[in-house]
Amino acid sequence: MDWSPLLISLATSLAATAVTLVAGLAAAAWRQNRAGAVAAFVDGIFILPLVLPPTVVGFLLLLLFGRNGPLGKLLLQFGATVVFSWPATVIAATVVAFPLMYITARAALEQVDPHQLQAARTLGASEVRIFREVALPLAWPGVLAGTILSFARALGEFGATLMLAGNIPGKTETIPIAIYFAVEANEIQRAMAWCAVDVSISIVLLGGLYYWTYAQRLRRERWGQH
Amino acid sequence: MTLEVQIEKKLADFTLDVAFRATETPLSILGASGAGKSMLLRCIAGLEKPGRGRITLNDRILFDSAQRVGIPARERRIGMLFQHYALFPHRTVAQNIAFGLHDLPHDEQSTRTAALVSRTHLAGLEQRYPRELSGGEQQRTALARALAIQPEALLLDEPLSALDTHLRGQVEAQLQETFASFRRPALLVTHNMEEAYRLGEQLLVLACGRVAAFGPKEEIFRRPPSSEVARLTGCKNISRAQANPDGTLQALDWNCQLRLAHPPVAAPKSIGIRAHHIDFLENASEEAGEPNIFPCWIVRTSETPFRITLFLSLDPARAAAGGADLQAEMFKEKWERFCDRPQPWRVRLAPESLFAMPD
Repeated sequence: MDWSPLLISLATSLAATAVTLVAGLAAAAWRQNRAGAVAAFVDGIFILPLVLPPTVVGFLLLLLFGRNGPLGKLLLQFGATVVFSWPATVIAATVVAFPLMYITARAALEQVDPHQLQAARTLGASEVRIFREVALPLAWPGVLAGTILSFARALGEFGATLMLAGNIPGKTETIPIAIYFAVEANEIQRAMAWCAVDVSISIVLLGGLYYWTYAQRLRRERWGQH
Repeated sequence: MTLEVQIEKKLADFTLDVAFRATETPLSILGASGAGKSMLLRCIAGLEKPGRGRITLNDRILFDSAQRVGIPARERRIGMLFQHYALFPHRTVAQNIAFGLHDLPHDEQSTRTAALVSRTHLAGLEQRYPRELSGGEQQRTALARALAIQPEALLLDEPLSALDTHLRGQVEAQLQETFASFRRPALLVTHNMEEAYRLGEQLLVLACGRVAAFGPKEEIFRRPPSSEVARLTGCKNISRAQANPDGTLQALDWNCQLRLAHPPVAAPKSIGIRAHHIDFLENASEEAGEPNIFPCWIVRTSETPFRITLFLSLDPARAAAGGADLQAEMFKEKWERFCDRPQPWRVRLAPESLFAMPD
C-alpha cells in the first residue's frame, strides 16, 4: 500500500495548523477592545470560510491564485505557481481551518480578566509582553482547543483542496481525496483502509482534547479561575 | 513630591470634574459608589483618558489635553492596587512581585523581590499561587507587586472592601506602615468614611464627579462645608435652619433655638450635629448656665453590640405620633443607667459640636 496520502495529509495539516495558530492569534488579539462596523465586517470575512461550501472557497482561491489572479500573477514574477502544488493543499486547509482558530482564540482572550491586563500595564509591561506573559497563558486552554479543532478540520479538508490542488498522487493527494478516488475507481478495500486511518486519528485527537480540557479545569481551579 | 490633577471626563450620568493636589501625606478620596472615584484613579494611572485637563507628577507631565500629551500607563511609574487585587493567577507570589522588575538583571530581581517579601510579611509564601493565599495575603502581594516598580505615586482602589472584617485591621496596619515609609503621593479611594479617616491625612469628598470638600480630615469632619459632605462623612442629624437676630439659630426640623460656638457661616440654611455628640444629662447640677439643653422624648431604639442608637424628638406631640427628629448614640453602660428613668430626659446639643452650613 502507498502511504503517501497519510504523510501528505499530516504534513499539510501540521503546516496549516501552524499558520492558522499564528494568524488566528494575531487576528484575535487585533480584534480585542475593538468594536464598531469595521470590526464587525472583518469578523464576517474571517468567519466566512466556515459557512461557505468548500467548493466556493476553493473556487475563490483558484481565482485568487490562478494564472490571471492577483496573487497568482504576483507569485509568477518570482517563478512560483501555487495551483496544483503541495503548498496549495496547505493554503486550502489553512483558509478553512482559520475561522475555528479565530473564534476559539477570541473567546478565550475575552475571558481574561481585564484588570489583570491593566495591572500589567501599570507595572510597565509592553503590550507585546502583556500578550505573551499574561493574556496568552491565561487564554492558553482555549487556544489549544482551537489548535486541535483547526488540525482536525485541516485533516478533513476535501472540497477546496481538490479545487485548488487537484489530485496528484504523491504530491497533493491527501487522505480524503484518496478515499474519494478509491471509491470512484471501485477500490472499496483501499477506501475502507483510509477511512479507518482517518477515523482513528480523529478519535485520538478529540479524545485527547476532551481529556486535556478536563485536566485543565482542575488546574484552573488551582488558579482560582472559573 | 507632588501629584497635581485637574481633569474633566464625561461619564454616563455626570461629568467628572476634579482638581486637587496631593503631596507626601496620604489622601483619602471618599464618595458614594458611582461618584466617579475609581474613574478618577484610572485616569491618573493612564488606564482611561480624560476628556480635558492636566495631570503632573513631580516635574513630569503625564497628561495635558492642551499640549496633546498622554503618557501611556506603562511609562507613568504609578503603582495601582485594584479592588480585587488583579494578581496574575498563573504566577507565584514571587513571580507576581517580580513582574515589574523584568528589565533588571536576574540577581537584582531576586534581591528586590526578597526585600519586598519581608517588608510585606510574606516570607514563606513565595512559591504559593494567589489562589492559595488568604485575602490579606493576596492584598499584601498586590501591594508588594505595586511597590516593586518604585512608583512615584500609589493609587489604591477600595483596598479593604473585599476583606472580611477581622482582616481589615491587619491590612490597615500594613497600609499605614507602607504610607509612613512611602512619603510620596498616595491616593486611597473608599466609600467607608471610617477607612477614609483612619488611612488618610488629607480628605477629598467626591459627590457626583465634583469635589465637595478637600482639606485636612479633622477640619472636614468637625465642620463639613455642606450638608452633602456632612451626610457623606456620616452625620445623621441635619436640620433646616434660620438665623435669629440675636445670633442664635432656629433649627426648624428639631423645634429648638440653638447657640453655636463657631460663628455661623454668612447665611446658614442648615445645621448639623453628629449622633455621638448628642449628650444626655444625668442630673440637674450639670445644667447650671449651660445653653442648648432641652427636654426630649425617646421614640425608639436600635441596638448594636456595644452601643444603643436612640431616635428622639424635642416635641412631645411629635414623639407621641412616632416622629423622631434626632438620632443619638450612647454606650450600653450609660444606657443601663438611663433606660428606666421617666421621660422626658434632658438632652444637650453642645454649642461646640454644632455646625452651620450654607445649603
